[in-house]
Amino acid sequence: MPSSSPHVPTAGAPPAVSAARVLAGLCLLVPIVVMMWVPSYSKVTPKLGGMPFFYWYQLLWVLLSALFTSAAYLLIRRDEAARRDAAAPAPTTAAAPVVPAPKDGGRA
Amino acid sequence: MKHVDWTAMTVFLLFFALVTVMGFLASRWRRADDAAHLHEWGLGGRSFGTWITWFLLGGDLYTAYTFIAVPAAVYAGGAMGFFAVPYTIIAYPLVFLFLPRLWSVSRVHGYVTPADFIRGRYGSRGLSVAVALTGILATMPYIALQLVGIQAVLDVLGVGGSGNWFLQDLPLFIAFGVLAAYTYSAGLRAPALIAFVKDALIYIVIAVAVIYIPMRLGGYGHIFDAAQHKFATPGADGKPSGSLVVGPSGQWAYATLAFGSALALFMYPHSVTGVLASKSRNTVRRNMAIMPAYSLMLGLLALLGFMAIAAGVSKGAKGYNSQLAVPQLFADMFPSWFTGVAFAAIGIGALVPAAIMSIAAANLFTRNVYKEFLKPDATAAEETKVAKIASLLVKVGALVFVLTMDKQAAINMQLLGGLWILQTAVALVAGLFTRWFHRWALLAGWAAGMVYGTWAAWGISSKATKHFGGNTKVIPGIGETGYIGLTAFALNLVVAVVLTLVLRALKAPEGTDETSRADYSAEAGDEAVERAPQPAVAH
Repeated sequence: MPSSSPHVPTAGAPPAVSAARVLAGLCLLVPIVVMMWVPSYSKVTPKLGGMPFFYWYQLLWVLLSALFTSAAYLLIRRDEAARRDAAAPAPTTAAAPVVPAPKDGGRA
Repeated sequence: MKHVDWTAMTVFLLFFALVTVMGFLASRWRRADDAAHLHEWGLGGRSFGTWITWFLLGGDLYTAYTFIAVPAAVYAGGAMGFFAVPYTIIAYPLVFLFLPRLWSVSRVHGYVTPADFIRGRYGSRGLSVAVALTGILATMPYIALQLVGIQAVLDVLGVGGSGNWFLQDLPLFIAFGVLAAYTYSAGLRAPALIAFVKDALIYIVIAVAVIYIPMRLGGYGHIFDAAQHKFATPGADGKPSGSLVVGPSGQWAYATLAFGSALALFMYPHSVTGVLASKSRNTVRRNMAIMPAYSLMLGLLALLGFMAIAAGVSKGAKGYNSQLAVPQLFADMFPSWFTGVAFAAIGIGALVPAAIMSIAAANLFTRNVYKEFLKPDATAAEETKVAKIASLLVKVGALVFVLTMDKQAAINMQLLGGLWILQTAVALVAGLFTRWFHRWALLAGWAAGMVYGTWAAWGISSKATKHFGGNTKVIPGIGETGYIGLTAFALNLVVAVVLTLVLRALKAPEGTDETSRADYSAEAGDEAVERAPQPAVAH
C-alpha cells in the first residue's frame, strides 16, 4: 500500500518552514562553510604559542562547531515541542487558539 | 636487536585482561528479557542513553587505525594529513540533518541495518542488497586495519616481527580469539562497556602527550620549526616532502576529502549500528553536539606527527614506516609504565571498533542476505544465531586478509572502502527526505559511482603501490584535484536524477513504500514507536 499520498496538514499545524528550523539550519551550515573555505585559513601566521595559524584555527573550530551544533539542537528541540503541542492539544486547551510554545517550553 | 620492554608489556597485558573480563561480563549488563532477538545481540536492545551512546560512537568512529594513521600522515606530509580535523568538524552538523530521521523510521519499522531501510522505503531487493554488500565490502578491510593498528603497537613493544610466522602472529591470534568470543556471547553490549575503558585511556594519554612531550622537546615553536625544516628538505625526487600549510594546488583536495569523508562516515554500517542502538531521537541529536570532544582529541593527536619529527623517531632510517611514528614516539618519550598505558589505549582502541564493525557486517548479512534471499521465514532466534556466526566469519576473514596480504593491500582497500560506502549515500540520505528518486535510477547511480571510483583509483600509483595509491585525482570538468569518492558521488547523483526523470516519463513501476511521513519524525514514547516491533526493554 503506497502511503506517499500527501498528508493534509491539520488546521493549526505549524508551517514546515519555521524561524527556528531556518536558524538551526544556518547554525549547522556555518561550520561546514568555514571549513570548506580552505584558502581563508591555509597560512602560517599569526602563530599562537609557536603553532601555525592553520592548526590552531581548525582546533578552535572544533570547539565552535560544537557550540553551533548545540544551538541547533536546542532550537530544534523547542520547535519539536511546539509542533507536538500544536498537533495534539490537551483537552482543556483544545478550544483555545494555537499559540507558539512558551519561551521556556523546550523541555520534553 | 629487539628487546621487549617488560614493564610496558605488563601494563599492556593488565589492561587487556581487564577488558577481556569486562567483555564477557557485558552479556549480563542491562540484560534483556528476550536475548534471542537480533535487537538485543545486534543493537544492545536499542536502549543506550546519551552517555553510553557517546562512548560507544566515540569508541566506534575513532579507531586504533585512526590513532596510528592520522599522525602518520601528518608525520609524512604535514598539513594535508590534517584534513581529518575539518572532516570530523563537518561530519556532525552534516549528519544532524538526517540521522534523527533514520533513527525514527528504523525504530518504527524495526530496521536493524541501513539496507533494511532501503528495502522498506523503495520496496527494492536489488537496491537493498547492493547497499548491504557495499557495507560488508567496505567494513572488512576496516576491521583488518584495526589489526594493523595492534601490530604496530606490538612491533614497537618488541613482540612479533621475528621468528617463524606462527610465533610472530600469535599475540594477534590471541587478541582476536578473545575478541571474537566475547562479541559472540555479549553482542553490542561488549564493545559498549569496553568503550568506557578505551576512551578514558585515550583521553588521559592524549592529554598527557600534548603537554608532556612538547615540554621535553622544547615547545610547540621548536616542534613546528623542526617539521618545517624536514619538509623543506628535498626528497629523492627533488621536491619538498611536505608542507606546514596546504598550497593552492592542494586546497580543493583538502576540502573535498574533508567533505566526502564526512558524508561517508555515517554511511558505514558500524556507525549506523551505534546510532540505532540509542534509545531516543533526542539522544542521537544530543550526541551530534557532544561528539566534537573526540574531534578535538583527534586534532591534538594529529599534532603528535609533528612531535615525532622533532623527536627524530626514525633515527635517520631510510624508508621509515611512518605507521610506527606515534608508537615509537610514546616509547621514546614516556616512562615504560606509561608507554604501556598508551599502547593499551591503542590496542583496546582496535578491539572496540573491530567488535562493532563485525556486528554491523553480521547484521547486514543476516537481515539483507540470509533472511532476504536464503531463509525468508527465519525466526528472531535463528536470525540472532546466524548473526553470531557471521560475526565470527567476518573476523576470521579480516585476520586472513591481514596475514596473507601485505599491509599496503589493507590500506588500499580501506581507501576504496570509503569511496564505495559513499556511493550508498544518495539512496540513503535522499530516501530519508523524499521518495522522488526511482529505485532503478538509484541502483544505476550506485553502479556508476562504484565503477568510476574504482577505475579512477586503480589508475593512481604511488611509491608504495602500483594501483590504488591514493584517493585524489583531477576532477573532470573542473580541472582541480579532488577526492575521487566525492567525484564519483556527484556522478552517482547525476545518473540517479537523469534516470529518475526518464523512468518516471516511462511510468516504470515504483515499488512499494512501507513507510509513512510521520515515521520520520517519531520519537520514543510516541504511539507509533510503542506499536513498533519491540526489543525487550533492558534495565
